[in-house]
Amino acid sequence: MDSSEIIVTLTGLALSAFVIWYFFFSTRQTASAVSTSSGVQEVDITVKGGYSPDVIEVERGKPVQLSFYRDEENSCSEELLMPDFSIRRDLPAFKTTLVELLPQQAGTFTFTCGMGMLRGSLVVK
Amino acid sequence: MEPTTKTETLDIEGMTCASCASFVEKSLTRTPGVQRAMVNFATEKATIDYLPTQATPATLKEAVIKAGYGVTERTPDTSAADRQAEIDQQKALAYTKLKRRFWVATVLAIVIMPLSMLMLWPAMMARVNMQWLNYGLLVLTLPVLLYSGREFYTSAWNGFKHRAANMDTLIAVGTGAAFLYSLAATVVPGWFMRQGIMPEVYYDTTATIIALILLGKVLELRAKTQTSAAIKALMGLQAKTARVVRPDGQEVDVPIEQVQLNDLIVVRPGEKVATDGVIEEGHSAVDEAMLTGESLPVEKKTGDPVFGATLNKTGSFRFRVTKVGVDTMLSQIVKLVEDAQGSRAPIQRLADKVSAIFVPTVVVIAILTFVLWFDLAPVEARLPLALVNFVAVLIIACPCALGLATPTAIMVSTGKGAEHGVLIRNAEALEKAHQVNTVLLDKTGTITRGEPAVTDFVPAEGQDAAQLLQVVAAVERQSEHPLAEAVVRYADAQAATAIAATGFQAIEGKGAQASVNGQAVLIGNFRLLDEAGISLSPLVRRQADELLGQAKTVLYIAVGGKAAGVIGVADTVRETSAVAIKRLQSMGLEVVMMTGDNPQTAAQVAGQVGIKRYFAEVLPADKAGKVKELQAEGRIVAMVGDGINDAPALAQADIGLAMGGGTDVAMEAAGITLMRSDLQGVVTAIELSRQTIRTIKQNLFFAFIYNTLGIPIAAGLLYPFFGILLSPMLAAGAMALSSVSVLTNSLRLRSFSPAKN
Repeated sequence: MDSSEIIVTLTGLALSAFVIWYFFFSTRQTASAVSTSSGVQEVDITVKGGYSPDVIEVERGKPVQLSFYRDEENSCSEELLMPDFSIRRDLPAFKTTLVELLPQQAGTFTFTCGMGMLRGSLVVK
Repeated sequence: MEPTTKTETLDIEGMTCASCASFVEKSLTRTPGVQRAMVNFATEKATIDYLPTQATPATLKEAVIKAGYGVTERTPDTSAADRQAEIDQQKALAYTKLKRRFWVATVLAIVIMPLSMLMLWPAMMARVNMQWLNYGLLVLTLPVLLYSGREFYTSAWNGFKHRAANMDTLIAVGTGAAFLYSLAATVVPGWFMRQGIMPEVYYDTTATIIALILLGKVLELRAKTQTSAAIKALMGLQAKTARVVRPDGQEVDVPIEQVQLNDLIVVRPGEKVATDGVIEEGHSAVDEAMLTGESLPVEKKTGDPVFGATLNKTGSFRFRVTKVGVDTMLSQIVKLVEDAQGSRAPIQRLADKVSAIFVPTVVVIAILTFVLWFDLAPVEARLPLALVNFVAVLIIACPCALGLATPTAIMVSTGKGAEHGVLIRNAEALEKAHQVNTVLLDKTGTITRGEPAVTDFVPAEGQDAAQLLQVVAAVERQSEHPLAEAVVRYADAQAATAIAATGFQAIEGKGAQASVNGQAVLIGNFRLLDEAGISLSPLVRRQADELLGQAKTVLYIAVGGKAAGVIGVADTVRETSAVAIKRLQSMGLEVVMMTGDNPQTAAQVAGQVGIKRYFAEVLPADKAGKVKELQAEGRIVAMVGDGINDAPALAQADIGLAMGGGTDVAMEAAGITLMRSDLQGVVTAIELSRQTIRTIKQNLFFAFIYNTLGIPIAAGLLYPFFGILLSPMLAAGAMALSSVSVLTNSLRLRSFSPAKN
């Protein structure tokens, strides 16, 4: 092995380790829902290459209103799926789309883009 | 008792500042019956709590108009339609933009390709300055990268910030690496020379990959819009206006949003029925195919329900509105189909798990590919080889095919089901239906019509059939008994002349009596005649016994104190039942019947439709138990029923099918709702589910096999054995085609049509 091979190998391994850590093990943005006077739990979510926040905590048995603002034209994020609640919604670009649901059971429910690449989760307590 | 308040939301027009809002608020608050009014200037909405006894949406609107502002009234339905229209418009715009980006990339790639090949001809090598040529290629490639491919880079960057990686990440990293290497080779070729490497450029690879991927996206978007065509078609069925009869008798055309409960609406021949209601006068044939899949028009008369979006054929009628907006049958169907399209099929679980880790995993594989090629290839070629294979791995991997495999098939098939009057509640129901091996039919209302009908009309010796029928019908027209209704229906079908009966009297548990043409007429069971001391002639007795032997209900007729004949009544089997059951059996399903009837009647009906196994004398409470019994035999059971007392059995079954005209309770408990009262729907549902699952399996197989073969080949796995390397451009073509082929396969479901026999 010459020196450049050693450098490439070490860099490659380090990069691989970084990719695995960054995408699978680093901490995520969490937000708890804000309850309004009428008892609706509201959360604003920005959609731009992903969901921020992408972990949303809500309480069981109270209605939830998620406001998705899609801040991009990229077609990847144009659809929103929440299969546990039978929700499939188109999110128009640069507009807010309201999604209402009533979580009855505690647990973690994933929401994704139309192809399951962009992911977020609704944690019901 | 506390009077109930109602809440109304109005969209206010013409407010320019916050004081306008308080102005409108005041005007509303002063309106009699209004308990609270809130006007939000930002959203331009007024929310009003009012007492429906004192105020109506119309008076509220007047109050706003009086204050000098306008109201755009919106029902949830129209706003949904508006939203959909807006989304469609956006999608059309995005499609146009995408096409433009595709054409720019394609035209430039077509120019870049041959110029890149120049260097392959030794004759050209001497004439062309390579450095200048590379700069020329760079200038041509920049628009492809910055205009056509820009979305990939911004999306990848946005995703990276969110720790999310998608297809764009792969394309951006792949083409970005190829471009940056080429840029370095163009700007500082000397450095490469000193390393003993030819400063080759890959502008053609960069441009062609972007053009091909965009081609894939164009095709994908085109196919995707077709997957949701069914639901759009359903939404488009909604009538736009209705002809309302005002209290003063005036007929006015109003927009559908303004139609209210209890309005009286006129429908003329060839017009659409505006919303759901009940006919008050007139009769007609109505085409309900768009809701039920029933191709023949349905006869409608006073008291019959009509549904919005259906088409009036011949007559004209007036109906009273019973449902508007989101409560109508059409809206319910649209909602059900929408919900089903948003649900997840269990079969998708593995694909979902893979999708979640797919992109980062591919990036790691690509990095390792680069490292291995760099370490193992000959020194002079190691960098270009490592780079080319790194790019090929990133570009060939296609997460889309995995992500699209299941949902697209579910979307097409739920839409297709609705077209045939089969409403699928969710993807799980669709998946369950294909595993079914036993179909349990609740006899009444599924195999049979669920209402008694005259099967035999037998006059005694010396009686004229037509005359006797007139007499019988005259009496039965005044009765409210279901059996009497059956006799009247039969008489109407035979076009019996209506004559009058007087002194009608119903005799509880036995029948009825009246006088017709001055003669006493008795119609009822054997006891009625027996207690009146009327005896049967041997012939009449024999005929009655024969009917009883066929498990039919027998009505005895006496005119003027003498037995005049018998009528056989039975819950008749639908014409389509035997054919549909035969079809289910030929699909390899065992069909089992259950009924509350005695074993004799059960055997009779089962024999008539070719069912070998049946449960007789089943009490309503035991229906779910029968489902369990079959499940205990290791069967996967589909239960078909139509009544309230079927709900527990429908819920207990692996898959419940509630039959049309069925109660809401039954529909709630069922995974599949059949809009038509016809067993053909069961055949359609099971065939559709089998075909859908087959399509999904093909899609998933293709998506998995494509990636598991494609990625190692792109990484150069075949090179040590066969010397094969995959060009990144070929990889781009393969990837573009892979997601399109999955979509195309799902779209094949659009040609689904149920076998009729």
